[in-house]
Amino acid sequence: MAKLVDQHDHHYCTADVISAVEFSQSGEFLATGDKGGRVVIFQREPQGEYNVYSTFQSHEPEFDYLKSLEIEEKINKIRWLPQLNSAHFLLTTNDKTIKLWKVSERDKRPEGYNLKDEEGRMKDISKITSLQVSPVLRPMDLLVEASLRRVFANAHAYHINSISINSDCETYLSADDLRINLWNLDITDRSFNIVDLKPENMEELSEVITVSEFHPHHCHLLAFSSSTGTTRLCDMRSRALCDQHAKLFEEAVDPANRSFFSEIVSSVSDVKFSHSGRYLLTRDYLSAKVWDLNMENKPVETYQVHDYLRSKLCTLYESDCIFDKFECAWNGTDSVIMTGAYNNFFRMFDRASRRDVTLEASREVCKRRAVLRPRRVCVGRKKRDSDISVDSLDFRKKILHTAWHPTDNIIAIAASNNLYIFQDRHSHHAGHHLEQDRPPQLQDAPAQ
Amino acid sequence: MSACTLVSVSTVLGCHSCSRIDMFSKGTKRKFSDDGDEMLDESLAGAQVSSSYSLQRQSLLDMSLIKLQLCHMLVEPNLCRSVLIANTVRQIQEEMTHDGSWQVVTEAFCGGSQSPSERLVATEVLCRSREQDAEPKLFSVLSYEGCREEEVVADETLCSVSVSDTASNVCLSESARHCWERDELVDADRDDETCESSRLGPGDDEDDDDEDDDDEDEEVDIDEESPRDNPKTMGQVFGTFEIKNGTPGPDSALEELFSDVDASYYDLDTMLTGIQSAPKMGPYDLLDSLAPSHGPPSIGSPSSCRSDLNELDHIMEIIVGS
Repeated sequence: MAKLVDQHDHHYCTADVISAVEFSQSGEFLATGDKGGRVVIFQREPQGEYNVYSTFQSHEPEFDYLKSLEIEEKINKIRWLPQLNSAHFLLTTNDKTIKLWKVSERDKRPEGYNLKDEEGRMKDISKITSLQVSPVLRPMDLLVEASLRRVFANAHAYHINSISINSDCETYLSADDLRINLWNLDITDRSFNIVDLKPENMEELSEVITVSEFHPHHCHLLAFSSSTGTTRLCDMRSRALCDQHAKLFEEAVDPANRSFFSEIVSSVSDVKFSHSGRYLLTRDYLSAKVWDLNMENKPVETYQVHDYLRSKLCTLYESDCIFDKFECAWNGTDSVIMTGAYNNFFRMFDRASRRDVTLEASREVCKRRAVLRPRRVCVGRKKRDSDISVDSLDFRKKILHTAWHPTDNIIAIAASNNLYIFQDRHSHHAGHHLEQDRPPQLQDAPAQ
Repeated sequence: MSACTLVSVSTVLGCHSCSRIDMFSKGTKRKFSDDGDEMLDESLAGAQVSSSYSLQRQSLLDMSLIKLQLCHMLVEPNLCRSVLIANTVRQIQEEMTHDGSWQVVTEAFCGGSQSPSERLVATEVLCRSREQDAEPKLFSVLSYEGCREEEVVADETLCSVSVSDTASNVCLSESARHCWERDELVDADRDDETCESSRLGPGDDEDDDDEDDDDEDEEVDIDEESPRDNPKTMGQVFGTFEIKNGTPGPDSALEELFSDVDASYYDLDTMLTGIQSAPKMGPYDLLDSLAPSHGPPSIGSPSSCRSDLNELDHIMEIIVGS
């Protein structure tokens, strides 16, 4: 296992690298998955901090004997089910297999029964004259258990990149490079294929599915994006196989600006519906775009995440960085979008004011309760000392996975093996309203 | 090869139709092959632009093909990445076909019996890479035999690279070096484990036998292919991702298990050829030539031929099974 070194010379294994971050639907829980197949769940304490709630091994490495290839245990995506009872359910997936986990608490245990008396002493067997049928429950230390409830396997010939739970809470989709399947949460031996991009002749393959998601309210609508830079909206009511899209969201590339890297750079790495269901957020290599579902030919907003990389594309192609897949997120009110970048930077864009901010997630700058200072990347000469030159960006440090609390201004940022949780300092003070004309000021909340 | 500075590749490739004069200030001085004669008719500035552009387009093509070839075969490679690289290759190929420069390439290297679009890019490029002086390379290929390292294509602002024959002389700026080295390390580790290397050098004769069997299976046999004789199709690149329909028979499953392992490793003859220093002489011939008389051999002789003899004896025992 490769040993990596972060900026403080701390050694960590590649298995510790976080590969998925997801808040639960209420925001009370935060789940992370890593390359070693483990899931760590954090719970929000009454004071507002997130502490470790449960840890379990979700996936193990496997070996495909037919192809002589390893199947990685890396967790690609985690999705929470809406909470129905006291237990919590979440879906986790690696490249090939999706699993449904139940996380439940136990704070009482059955004791006594028939062999011990009330004080715990062994009873004299010859003196037992009656049998106690119902167990006596005694309090115990809180125990959180994760148990595997369903395994959805053998449905994907290619690598799974997305899972998304339908608003009907009964079905979910799983998408790999070429196909999207629809599952019932209770049925593991059967799934329906709803999108199939596989060509007759694999030599003609020129497009793969990169992400897919269900609409938050309309259970018949789903979106999927591709490596060619298009995002399609499909309606499952119109036909069983959704290869024909209902809508196609694509922005034409100016032919004068076309280069050999245009297609790669346009490949969509993440798609997120807004909470309202009215907009789509797509992330490609250099930008993030907001689309109105009613307008297909161009986005309503385009945000340049790190346009200074445009002149570095060849080097990034050579190092494979150009294939990095950045995720994106909406805040609870759909007024701010967030996405990661290199050098442990992440960016937020306020849609109304068009103001943006670049922040850094690293141990050096993130002290407890400290307010994060905005960063700036400069192309030419530094105007301020705090500026970072493009040439000194560290491309090993990439923020691929970010998540925003469903309602509050709390964000989770994964930087290699570290998880940073930031909260809006205003949220701690009753009576202070979040000022809408400024991007939220963030301070570090302690993360485990 | 002499050291020279590189033109910013991405500046040229980023804007397809631009021809800025200031690009030349860091231009390379290169000898053109004879095939470039038609360019002398244009003005000097125009010639430098187009040849510089085509050189760098060529290097992008080469880099892309290397990326497609050098898959990390311990884990299934990323299909999205492969598709994007393949599309880039196709784009370059199309443009070169329109330019007419593709015609030049194919005529130079094949009998011209197949049309350029049918020929696979892999064949020509990897052939050409063996001819050291025809066209200088603009990017680095780490041959796993460690025999030759070439320049690294880089943006002028991010990295500056000097050309050399030894691995140690490549200088990269901090960030790029880390990117490159980390990938190298991963590559090296994984390729060590797969025990065969994708060779760009000559001498793949012994591996030719294995390829024909595998064409139908659509397995990727990057390790033992000699690109000259059996070019890899796009289908073969993506073919490894195919799910096998039906239950394969036990033989074919075994074949697939071992398909990417060089069978010659298990060839006893090859092994023995490597060990024996004088294959033409049998072990008993050697014994005869050494012993002055047919008396019993003296114990403890320091002669190195003695140890060879003992080794040969040992090997013969294994063969004969005594």
